[in-house]
Amino acid sequence: MITKDEVARIARLARIKLPDGELEKYRTDLNKVLGYIEVLKTVNTDGVEPLAQVTGFENIFRDDEVVETEIADEILKIVPETSGRFIRVKKVL
Amino acid sequence: MDYAFATITELRQALDTKQISAVELAKFFLARIRRFNAELNAFITICENEALAEAAEADKRIASGKVEPLTGIPYASKDLFVTRAVKTTAASKILENYIPPFDATVIARLRQAGSILLGKTNLDQFAHGSSTETSFYGPTHNPWDLERIPGGSSGGSTAAVAAGLVPFATATETGGSIRQPASLCGISGWKPTYGRVSRFGVIAMSSSMDSMGTVARSVEDLAITAEAISGFDPKDGTSGSVKIAEWSKNLPRDLRGLRMGVPQEYFVPGIEDDVKDRVNEAIDKIRKLGAEIIDVSLPLTAYGSMVYAIVTSSEVSSNLARYDGIRYGLSSAAAKDVFEIYSLSRAEGFGPEAKRRVMTGTYALSVGYRGAYYLNAQKVRRLIVNEFAEVFKKCDMLLCPSTPNFAPKIGGAADNPLFGYISDQLNIPASLAGLPGLCVPCGFGKPAEQRDNGDMPVGLQIIGPQWGEQQVFQVGYAYQQVTEWHQAKPKGF
Amino acid sequence: MTYESIIGLEIHVQLKTKSKMFCGSKNDPDEREPNINICEVCSGQPGVLPVINREAVHKALLVGLALDCQIAEYSKFDRKNYFYPDLPKGYQISQYDQPICGKGWVEIDSPPRAGARRGGEKTRRTIRINRAHLEEDAGKLIHEGNTTLVDLNRAGVPLLEIVTEPDFRDPAEAKTFLHNLRNTVRYLGVSDADMEKGHLRCDANISLRNPGETELPGYKVEIKNLNSFKAVEAGLNYEIARQTELLAVGEKLINETRGWDDVQSMTVAQRSKEEAHDYRYFPEPDLPIMHFVREEIEKLRAELPELPAQKLERFQTEYGLPEKDAEVLVNERSLAEYFEEVMSELEEWLSSSPSPGVGRVGERSDESIHKLAKQAVNWITGDFQALLKVAGTDARDAKITPENLAELIKMIHKGEVSGAAGKKILTIMFERGGDPSNIARDEGLGQVSDEEAIVVAVDKVIAENPKVVADFLSGKKPALGFLVGKVMAEMKGQANPQMVNSVLSKKLG
Repeated sequence: MITKDEVARIARLARIKLPDGELEKYRTDLNKVLGYIEVLKTVNTDGVEPLAQVTGFENIFRDDEVVETEIADEILKIVPETSGRFIRVKKVL
Repeated sequence: MDYAFATITELRQALDTKQISAVELAKFFLARIRRFNAELNAFITICENEALAEAAEADKRIASGKVEPLTGIPYASKDLFVTRAVKTTAASKILENYIPPFDATVIARLRQAGSILLGKTNLDQFAHGSSTETSFYGPTHNPWDLERIPGGSSGGSTAAVAAGLVPFATATETGGSIRQPASLCGISGWKPTYGRVSRFGVIAMSSSMDSMGTVARSVEDLAITAEAISGFDPKDGTSGSVKIAEWSKNLPRDLRGLRMGVPQEYFVPGIEDDVKDRVNEAIDKIRKLGAEIIDVSLPLTAYGSMVYAIVTSSEVSSNLARYDGIRYGLSSAAAKDVFEIYSLSRAEGFGPEAKRRVMTGTYALSVGYRGAYYLNAQKVRRLIVNEFAEVFKKCDMLLCPSTPNFAPKIGGAADNPLFGYISDQLNIPASLAGLPGLCVPCGFGKPAEQRDNGDMPVGLQIIGPQWGEQQVFQVGYAYQQVTEWHQAKPKGF
Repeated sequence: MTYESIIGLEIHVQLKTKSKMFCGSKNDPDEREPNINICEVCSGQPGVLPVINREAVHKALLVGLALDCQIAEYSKFDRKNYFYPDLPKGYQISQYDQPICGKGWVEIDSPPRAGARRGGEKTRRTIRINRAHLEEDAGKLIHEGNTTLVDLNRAGVPLLEIVTEPDFRDPAEAKTFLHNLRNTVRYLGVSDADMEKGHLRCDANISLRNPGETELPGYKVEIKNLNSFKAVEAGLNYEIARQTELLAVGEKLINETRGWDDVQSMTVAQRSKEEAHDYRYFPEPDLPIMHFVREEIEKLRAELPELPAQKLERFQTEYGLPEKDAEVLVNERSLAEYFEEVMSELEEWLSSSPSPGVGRVGERSDESIHKLAKQAVNWITGDFQALLKVAGTDARDAKITPENLAELIKMIHKGEVSGAAGKKILTIMFERGGDPSNIARDEGLGQVSDEEAIVVAVDKVIAENPKVVADFLSGKKPALGFLVGKVMAEMKGQANPQMVNSVLSKKLG
């Protein structure tokens, strides 16, 4: 069972601020989901390699070519805070 | 001619014979969207000006004879596809004002083909859900019963097609998000082989499973749209260069000689009687068309949803990290430092379901738990893939229900974090294995405990082997040649 | 008490490709305008996907082969998840458990340790490579008061992270290794590897143990921000002193990250990033795995150019160069190549023409080659390199061709121009280019080695200076210098001084 402290640690790691009151709710939800998948541990997976992709593709590369576009300016236009061409954020602690 | 419920083939003919212009057709559907969207909430954004400009271009193309199958045909896109200069929200608050500077590859290909984008449809926020209720913009309503959900996450697209607001729509699936709402809305839906359609520019949910498909009025329409959007994309390293046949030209096929497997585990405990009956009737029809029907077994089916819960939440936790309030999207005004830009923007911008999945995935990948959750799930995933491979040695395709239930009432699923995993349990295994699937309407029925209600649609699922699009289209097409369920229209539209 | 230091390095090499690691944005480390080389992919817009740059993989393989790493048969990318404003996607695409290059090793000549018993002797040491993996660089942050500015031009640039085993026992060894590595990647053409420009970045791990112990210490201190060769050595030396002091008073050291402060010449404890250790790695689902076939890797290995360490040895054996000279050449690939081109001209000349003091026709004695090589290296690493430095250019772009320089060396060797005139000719060639014999003629810098002309001048000077001649003959040896000077003046400084000397001595002998 996940503890409230652990939920708080996960929330910090995921950068989602949760008010104290919501921690309990997410603790319950997380425990429900984790309880649901608990039975998965009973499947015999001895000697089975984890599978991350299903296509079986290998060596898909692009050539080292520069794609000239004007998109940089458009990307900067939708940045919440800028300073000249810089993206501006509040001080990194 | 009733354009509202006409097929793409019929509309193509109307456009080519100048019965109607592309601009008039776009206006016709835009008027329907405006008229019915208030009760359906199927659309988040309607892009009238852009649509009419594109339609005018399409008319020029039609006049000059440079016509592709979709030139001048209107469509809607699930609001998970990035559309240049047209707001793309993923039904979230954090992207409420996001105007993308580029097009998803699917959108670019449809643009190239001359298809007209009328608007962006509602979905579960970031595609997290199976009911379209987790949308920041409110739930979409099922055209067959406005008190019910349309399914999800592609519920806006399936409701729009079912109500005759567009002839087809783009949709996406990670684990049932095309087949389940298509089934609940009584339309045809195609979940492609993973890698068949480019994922570039489609807001990622679970990258190892996300598949971009379409929903439409018939299997023939699906085949036409599938041809337009499929194929290798240099911007997506996981898109396949496996040859695209001319699916729509090769639809008619004698089903004799085909062996169809019916997985017993897909008739799960708790399946609605009417769903079971309609699906069995459909299987019987296919038997009568000449296919051999055999029982097969997929014992790991029950574990699919659990594997899915871990794999998708893990990938989601990473895929949603970019929504941080720094480069675009909602940025919390209350933030005092960078940590708060992150944690407050994400707290304000993500809905409860997105948060729940991000948290679950962060936990499943974190130190000390990765082995027990993420790696274990990926091992079982391999076993599921192997199980399908074995079963396809015994049969050519699988026939089964798309979902065990009828569409529940709105609100009925909202507080159950497991609803999606149950509702999509018959879709998820094929998604984990990246297989192509088709949902075709196969009749109507009533939920057992709500016999007083009107009839709701039921869908038959056809699952094929990897890259087996042609054959699932052929079986679905053959079935629709001898049935009329796909032509049924909800009342009031 | 003297402890033994255990040092390992983690080096990031920025690969020199045209485009970024996973998208078509330009990879230009010199771009000054912020956020100009960005696109939807490297700025982390919704829905975008990475695609692997073939050339970056190729370059990573070259480095791996040069470091004798085992190249993975299967290699994959993983996501390293953490939040930082310079990381647009909230994760870095890196490699976790299947890096492109596995274990390898290199040999270095360890400089003599301070206070070592075998004073002055270099020792050959093997440094094991733990791994080398590909990843994408982050953007740059500029901190300004209460705000931080983000520039994503660098975000997504290909990086090769090379991790050594803790095999260094001395900061000087670490510096030597880094030096060799820089030369190696430059020779391979995979990176400019300029530390000051951040093309090559180095973190070091250091801990101390009692002499004779074989276990690794139970802690290690990571030093970041070592952005010059000097800083690497100084930072490590500082840490040795600091840790020695702490251990001496019985303190228990713990794992920590410290930053090198160049101005104050000290390491400073860094605030640890919260949960920095929990990166939640998982395989990157957007990138198919890489599969390297043995035959292709072996083909690539066979095509590797000569590496600096090999070149260093060859210059010493083949040309008889002193190690110091060879090192100066090898340190700069263009200089080494230039030298070789000059030498090939000179060797050709040697085997085709007779020349005073050089040997007979067709005979190329090692001795004569070594002699010419020494002259060539003196010119190249002396005046030529000084001119290059002042002009801020590279040997490859110099107006003096290797043929021209070889020609000049021949002229000096044959006594056609003096050493002093040679310097003048070199400067003129550096500015304008051109054939040295033409320049010598046009500028009147040729040297007269014509014995008859010198005899005429010598006779004249003897006739005009009977007193000095008498002084010399009566035993005042320095008087000869005065007479040589007179002859040189008579010949406007263009006479071969050795010949003047010998003619005078003969006449007066």
